[in-house]
Amino acid sequence: MFIPMAVAIAEARIGKRGERYYSGRVPQLLERGFIAFKSSTWMIVLSGFVEPVLYLLSFGYGIGKLLPTITVGNESIKYAVFIAPALLATSAMNGAIYDSTMNVFFKLNHDRIYHGMLATSMGPLDVALGEIGWALLRGFSYACAFMAVVAPLGLIPSLWGLLAIPAAVLIAFGFASCGMAITSYMKSFQQLEIINVFLLPMFLFSGSFYPLTVFPQWLQFTVNLLPLTHAINLVRGLCLGHINMALAGHAMYFVVMIIAGLFFTTKRLNALFMK
Amino acid sequence: MSEYLISARGLTKKFGDFTAVNGIDFDVSKGESFGLLGPNGAGKSTVMRMIGATSQRNAGDLTILGKDPERNGPQIRAHLGVVPQQDSLDMHLSVSENLYIYGRYFGLPRKFVKGKIEELLTFAQLEEKRDAKVEALSGGMKRRLTIARALVSEPEILMLDEPTTGLDPQARHILWDRLFRLKEQGVTLVITTHFMDEAEQLCDRLIVMDKGTIMAEGSPASLIKDYSTKEVLEVRFGSDRNQEVADKLRAMCERIEELPDRVLMYTEDGESLLEKIYASGLHPKTSLVRRSSLEDVFLRLTGRTLIE
Repeated sequence: MFIPMAVAIAEARIGKRGERYYSGRVPQLLERGFIAFKSSTWMIVLSGFVEPVLYLLSFGYGIGKLLPTITVGNESIKYAVFIAPALLATSAMNGAIYDSTMNVFFKLNHDRIYHGMLATSMGPLDVALGEIGWALLRGFSYACAFMAVVAPLGLIPSLWGLLAIPAAVLIAFGFASCGMAITSYMKSFQQLEIINVFLLPMFLFSGSFYPLTVFPQWLQFTVNLLPLTHAINLVRGLCLGHINMALAGHAMYFVVMIIAGLFFTTKRLNALFMK
Repeated sequence: MSEYLISARGLTKKFGDFTAVNGIDFDVSKGESFGLLGPNGAGKSTVMRMIGATSQRNAGDLTILGKDPERNGPQIRAHLGVVPQQDSLDMHLSVSENLYIYGRYFGLPRKFVKGKIEELLTFAQLEEKRDAKVEALSGGMKRRLTIARALVSEPEILMLDEPTTGLDPQARHILWDRLFRLKEQGVTLVITTHFMDEAEQLCDRLIVMDKGTIMAEGSPASLIKDYSTKEVLEVRFGSDRNQEVADKLRAMCERIEELPDRVLMYTEDGESLLEKIYASGLHPKTSLVRRSSLEDVFLRLTGRTLIE
């Protein structure tokens, strides 16, 4: 009997773990990302890189003139050195959120792209991982580009700073999986805007531009619960070479975000498409 | 493995308290063109989604190529080409890229998919649009691309959910022609439609569905033979008078159906019935003799028209 190739490929996966949700098609989804990327709006792509550089120029060198050094622990560092890691962490967050909210919402509700994908032998976890994987690739390239600008300027004092790139990917992963999970529950474009209502204050208050110690105790406590605070502390610790167990704690925060985000995304996509 | 590609017994789907599909039985044989005819909300799309393993039944049995969609969803979907009711083309990609990436979603090797693209573009008559963005295509072209896309994995069964809804007559005929060719090549077609002409054109055999149940089953010709007469005489007396004359008309033929704007009279010979009406002193404003269609079958079975 003639067996179509697509069937042979699908049957080869029988008995594998999670075969109903996952078919190992993440590379194919990334391939889609690359093909679509070729014709994407370059202004938007570039803005993800330019934005943190602009912040660095205006704040780092603007405020840096008024405030030459800032004290972290018992060390005095240049103001630009203080904010560069925060901007890296924030751009990882913004890129991941953009890819996993706006883009995902349109593909889900408007273009119905996931409907098409899930009519093939793929599963919902393929779609979730593929989309998030694409957000990570983008986050990774932004992080590399940002480092390529700031490191030669002497803004990354420690060699540990190299680890800030994988850290940025971890941060992007956490935000992307939670962003996609939240988006998959959103019913309208207006609801999506709510995400932005949280993002800007988080950026302003999470210790990007000054140490959290300037806040009263209660506010410090609140801000310490926010994901961006952990992201900034993680990247800043690595860039300054302040290596301690707290960094592992910050990283764990994102591991939890990743697992929770993937769990809810897969569950929701399954409910939407496989019910 | 059973002789049928698709086999359903007591197939049931509920959404909360609402029973969308209520214990239906049907079989689809290899190479057959099988139709689900019924109005919107009859449960056709739900049946399609259960066959496509993107919706799980609540009760009954469903076997597709010997497999159970509850356990072997990905394997079943690998056998199927799905043409959904609403387009789900990738707007960010060109026509040929849409075909390419869809093949890749099945895990097919690049070389294999690239080889298929030319063949599919020719089939869909989209050779000249290969580099166009999907957005720039007409409705008919999008549908043809969706069908071509569904064929990239060389499926044994092509599932078409309302394939020509929203298309103009010319685009519909082009699409029907393409589907005929597939049928000739031995592809099994499963088609839902609420257009009786489409069902008559494309389906070897069909089930008439209403409110989640099967009202009748058979070939278009046999359904018409079993549930209707050879001809139908449509007469209009004006909306206020139709009712008034209905009783007189009822006595003149086998059966009548009163619609808001006209009266349908079922008979073996429409012309002589019309003469009889004139002879009785009634003068319809307009009259039309036509052959019975599946629309009449549906009206007989449910007392309602297909498109409301």
